[in-house]
Amino acid sequence: MLPMFRRECVQRYHWVTDEEMLDLYAISQCTPGIIAVNAATYIGFKERKVRGSISATLGVISPSVIIICIIAALLKQFIEYPIVQHAFAGIRVAVCAMLIMTAITVARKGIKNISGVVLFAGGFALACFTPIPLVLIVIIAGVIGFVLSRYSPGKPKTDQKEGQL
Amino acid sequence: MTYLLLFYEFFKIGLFAVGGGTATIPFLMDLAERVDWYTTHELLDMIAISQSTPGPIGINMATYVGYTTAGVPGAIIATIALVLPAFLIMMLVARLFMEYKENKTVQAVFSGIRPAVAGLILFAAWTVLRVTVFIADGNSYKPDVTALILCVAILIAMNLPWFKKAHPIVWIGVGAVIGIIFKL
Repeated sequence: MLPMFRRECVQRYHWVTDEEMLDLYAISQCTPGIIAVNAATYIGFKERKVRGSISATLGVISPSVIIICIIAALLKQFIEYPIVQHAFAGIRVAVCAMLIMTAITVARKGIKNISGVVLFAGGFALACFTPIPLVLIVIIAGVIGFVLSRYSPGKPKTDQKEGQL
Repeated sequence: MTYLLLFYEFFKIGLFAVGGGTATIPFLMDLAERVDWYTTHELLDMIAISQSTPGPIGINMATYVGYTTAGVPGAIIATIALVLPAFLIMMLVARLFMEYKENKTVQAVFSGIRPAVAGLILFAAWTVLRVTVFIADGNSYKPDVTALILCVAILIAMNLPWFKKAHPIVWIGVGAVIGIIFKL
């Protein structure tokens, strides 16, 4: 995703600079939502304010919406075949492995100290063994993060080049 | 009513899934257990499809769930609901761009959220393992040996230097071929 964004928005149309691109990336890591949407909204706003944001965001989500609707419609017909079912059983296992890998990567990037480890383990345990809603876990973690850095001498570090595609 | 519920659930996911598309997965997993819009199996198929089609994974998931739940209008509603929080927040951020990122409070809050979200993703991985590799059998978990070997093999392969940069679609292809050969 990112290389293409760079080619179109930085090199072709000069909507943003390379530095802005990096900042946008960093900021997307710490705002809710998907990077592509964040970038589109930001660039749209810069060029044409609210109308620009709306057009750019609709533009970035349209292809996915169309493609996925088609796939979802087709999938229903093909899923009956045994060969497709076996293929998807294998694919699920592959997805499983990818998810574990993602969890490891995200943990490596997000955990900077002991309290990070505790929050990581705590988040996992609360999600696994208690009926606490995930949203609440995220909120609690945010509060803990805030309180910890308020009352500890070490300052939280920013990491500019973290992130995945 | 379904439309409203779709909007509500996906707006919530969009608001709390911090750090890109993969962060939506634990929330979608959770949703699968709370409402009967889709099963965990379907969600996994969807993750695979999202990884092999263009477009951000979070959006693909919202579209797919919306579509299977309430057709094309559902797809559009779920997708817009997912995007809306990010959209509104980014409009604010665009005005205060640099101040926001350097803001101490924002940094502090996210230093707590990031590790917790990693924990949530691990939880999602565990939920998935429970339906694909360790099949629940009463109170105990019985591993499906072929699936377990495949899962471990892919995990190891992903960490080999030659395959580090491999596109997810490679692993999905490998999974599909092995699934067909071993009749998983």
